[in-house]
Amino acid sequence: MSFFNMLEQISSGMLHTILIFFFTLVFSLPLGWIVAFGRMSKNKIISGITAFFISILRGTPLMLQLMVVFYGPYFLFQLPIGNWRFPAIIVGFSINYAAYFAEIYRSGISAIPVGQYEAAHILGYTKVQTFFKIILPQVIRIILPAVTNEVITLVKDTSLAFSISYIEMFSITKQIASTQTTLMPFAIAAAFYYIFNLLVSFVMRRLEKRLNYY
Amino acid sequence: MSETTIYLEMNNIKKSFGDLQVLKDISLKVHEGEVLSIIGPSGSGKSTLLRIATMLETMDNGSIKYMDKEAASAENGSVHYAKPQALREIKKNFGLVFQNFNLFPHKTVLHNLIDAPVHVQKRNKTEVIAEAKALLEKMGLSDKEDYYPSQLSGGQQQRVAIARALALKPKVLFFDEPTSALDPELTGEVLKVIKALAEEKMTMVIVTHEMSFAKKISDRVIFMDKGVIAVEGTPEEVFNSDHSRMQEFLGKLKHE
Repeated sequence: MSFFNMLEQISSGMLHTILIFFFTLVFSLPLGWIVAFGRMSKNKIISGITAFFISILRGTPLMLQLMVVFYGPYFLFQLPIGNWRFPAIIVGFSINYAAYFAEIYRSGISAIPVGQYEAAHILGYTKVQTFFKIILPQVIRIILPAVTNEVITLVKDTSLAFSISYIEMFSITKQIASTQTTLMPFAIAAAFYYIFNLLVSFVMRRLEKRLNYY
Repeated sequence: MSETTIYLEMNNIKKSFGDLQVLKDISLKVHEGEVLSIIGPSGSGKSTLLRIATMLETMDNGSIKYMDKEAASAENGSVHYAKPQALREIKKNFGLVFQNFNLFPHKTVLHNLIDAPVHVQKRNKTEVIAEAKALLEKMGLSDKEDYYPSQLSGGQQQRVAIARALALKPKVLFFDEPTSALDPELTGEVLKVIKALAEEKMTMVIVTHEMSFAKKISDRVIFMDKGVIAVEGTPEEVFNSDHSRMQEFLGKLKHE
């Protein structure tokens, strides 16, 4: 198989890698806020349950979680899982990343001095206004570097989808490598991930600069 | 003073933190146009009293009225507030200037001033901007409206904070040790602004450690000690009082 053949096949998997990356962010970034609020809830039961789930999600392998999400419906309820593979990946990734994002959001929120809330309160802001107009803009600036770290990890983690036989870039790479007995596909895949992450870093740095206005 | 309107009335305020009783049955009134200074040693409860008056802190017992409308009352630790809509209206009566300014760091000076009037009070933006600019001019900060708080000195930040409070047109303005975070040079510029407000008959309640300042601008002074009002009266009455704790307090300050 020629180099260009490999390149072509591997890049066809790139689209699926990008889809996992994109959908995971779309769902996990907002979901993280819900989890963060649950974790910070004054209700001890809600915050306790949320803390428990976060610890499970962060304390067990993502690969294992993907398998549970993918095979679970069939093993537990004998549901058909024919079209479930891609949704299962997105569900598994989104829940796992939401747990990480939630802890990042929480750290950002707790970094805001209580005086900001008091000032907003005295000035008559409602709780919702206080959050969106005063707290959130400051939190986003604080957490951006930590979020960037997670996003870079996500680019690489997309390769875990191969564990439930989803055809993305890494599973194709592995297939070619074992049939052609060459390291070349791995080099190509490495280059793809690396360039992908260069782009991610570039975008996030631009964003950080834009938020550094004060 | 008895003929003027009473803006704030606090009755029988009690407050404990755990076993420590920081306020023991405090009552006070603030009249229209009056400057009231609250002085006293650290831990005497003066800041707590201010935080209760502005409803940042709950009380265990007592009542708070603004413009003769009850904002909150408490008995045996359970606080009862006015209905949300009424409470919102009542809270419009006062503003607060914090010790460490608490400006919004992500907003420019001008936006710190106009955001609440526009988005909370829903007032006309052009009008609010014009008023905010006039306020900044009064504070000597006209050239700083596009700056972010972090680009200003502490004294400038505190003057912005005063302007921000005034932008909402409160009837009573509270100050919680407004110059404690500032060095002497910057303290002067903030005190000058407060003095100018006093001359305009702005009703103010000032918790402060600046004794000579309190003496100069106050209509009335309260000396608090161990959770009670130990001495109360005109500046002359309070500073010349032969109350032992008051003398001790002033003596300590002189030796500092």
